[in-house]
Amino acid sequence: MADLFFGLPSAVQALLKGLAVILVIFPIAAACSMAERKVSAWIQGRPGPNRALPPFLAWIPGIGILQRLGVFHLAADGAKFVFKEEPLPDHVHKFYYTLAPVVAMVPAFTTVTVVPFGAYLVDGAVIPLTLANVDVGILAVFAVSSLGIYSLILAGWASNSKYPFLGGVRASAQLISYELSMTLSVLPVFLWVNAPGSSGSLSLARVVEFQSGTGLGWGSAWFVFTMPVSALIFAIALFAETNRQPFDMPESESDLVGGFHTEYGAFKWSLFFVAEYANMIVGSAVFALLFLGGWNPLPGLPLASLLEGLRHATGSELWLRPLAAGLISIAIFLAKILATLFVFMWVRWTVPRFRYDQVMKIGWQKLLPLSIANLIAYTIGIYFLQS
Amino acid sequence: MAVIQVQRKSLTLAERVYLPQIFGGMMTTLKHLLRPAETMEYPEQRPAIPPGYRGVPTLVKDPNGREKCVSCQLCEFVCPPKAIRITPGSIPAGAPNEQVEKAPQAFDIDMLRCIYCGLCEEVCPEEAIFLQNQYSMSGYSRAEMVNHKDRLYELGGTLPDKHFKWDVKKSAEESGNDRH
Repeated sequence: MADLFFGLPSAVQALLKGLAVILVIFPIAAACSMAERKVSAWIQGRPGPNRALPPFLAWIPGIGILQRLGVFHLAADGAKFVFKEEPLPDHVHKFYYTLAPVVAMVPAFTTVTVVPFGAYLVDGAVIPLTLANVDVGILAVFAVSSLGIYSLILAGWASNSKYPFLGGVRASAQLISYELSMTLSVLPVFLWVNAPGSSGSLSLARVVEFQSGTGLGWGSAWFVFTMPVSALIFAIALFAETNRQPFDMPESESDLVGGFHTEYGAFKWSLFFVAEYANMIVGSAVFALLFLGGWNPLPGLPLASLLEGLRHATGSELWLRPLAAGLISIAIFLAKILATLFVFMWVRWTVPRFRYDQVMKIGWQKLLPLSIANLIAYTIGIYFLQS
Repeated sequence: MAVIQVQRKSLTLAERVYLPQIFGGMMTTLKHLLRPAETMEYPEQRPAIPPGYRGVPTLVKDPNGREKCVSCQLCEFVCPPKAIRITPGSIPAGAPNEQVEKAPQAFDIDMLRCIYCGLCEEVCPEEAIFLQNQYSMSGYSRAEMVNHKDRLYELGGTLPDKHFKWDVKKSAEESGNDRH
């Protein structure tokens, strides 16, 4: 099986790997919408959607748990979006209107390629699992993910009506404002990773490598402990970049009806939301890689030590096989992503939306100076630590 | 009255930074998230109906199984939305309740009109109509939403009676003590 896979031309291999990742991301992104509904329900003291159950599945014992979790509502929603009538309003620019949801999907799925999502060991060396282990790593994520904004602007403009237009304008202003502090906030991490004299790299896997120290102490601490301000600014900017509450200016149902997606319905509308959740997943993944130690289970306990420990505990060499190590690391990494996603939802149902001027004020007058000060402080600190 | 000067407090640092407030809020929502749901899962779980609840109006019988309504039509005339329609009828001579003289031939309450005000219950001199516990009425057609006499008695059942006034009247008549 493995030989067959590695015998294929590299283009086909890449295609298969890409399909596999999309097949994982797409259902998770869709499941996020149900998780969102359930989390909101629990926070509001309701049970949430828990009724749908196809009668031909009712005989399966234990399926009631899935029913209570609303899994079949998710299936029903998905089917509904596919079979609903596709409205195409008269007054829109048809080509760009149709293009916008597609443009939303492309960057959301493209950024996944450079995000490492696990690792395996070869002779003690950690090899990251990723579709494209490029050196520009984080730069590629920032460059491509900021393209996602074009879909919002395009949707807002092509809808040719006032609320979507306002939504699109807000989206562009907001993303530009927070992109700056986001980029500045991760610079200290990469300054630390790329010590003077060593070969420079912006690869995300490299950042995880730096958080893989063993034992207790600052050397093995995750960056969220050594650079809390960076982590905080990155997290806030991430909320703004993914248009999540309290920063969902482009959408803001209560003042802009639906913002950029007011004129959209059915499948096109759902594409925007799958893209939004895919963006959240990638954002959470980057946050986990940069600040939460990636696929390392605990600070001071890297993946390699965990696998060694398992080998000693069970006496089996199986744990060091690439497949087992890969699956364990992916599971740890996914758990971190899901925890981060939960925080996204938790915040959404806690904090009310900021006013538009407040969003601008936070971005330009608070976060940007803070991230510059943070960068300067860490630059000086890192200079003294590493020289 | 002395004028009390109230100091307007400016925001504290924690309030201005706002993040501690957000974390405080998140703790509150987390508490609610872990708490059991406040809602009831309706068709399976039903709320307890408090006494005196004004549900669907019904007709009741007395413990002897006699229909109490004498079709005086007071409820029909008092009904603000005109939901009640009674066709009066008489009790034939020789029947066990002959002395009551009248009973409704038909008694319809249109539940699409009823506003559950309870005036019919209040006005009834015979204590024959009661708003009881049933709170959900549904049907597929307008005709289905009209409660006829048999349905009204089925919903109403039997309620205890304090007076048995028609029995008292009959025994008074029989003992020659008729005051009327």
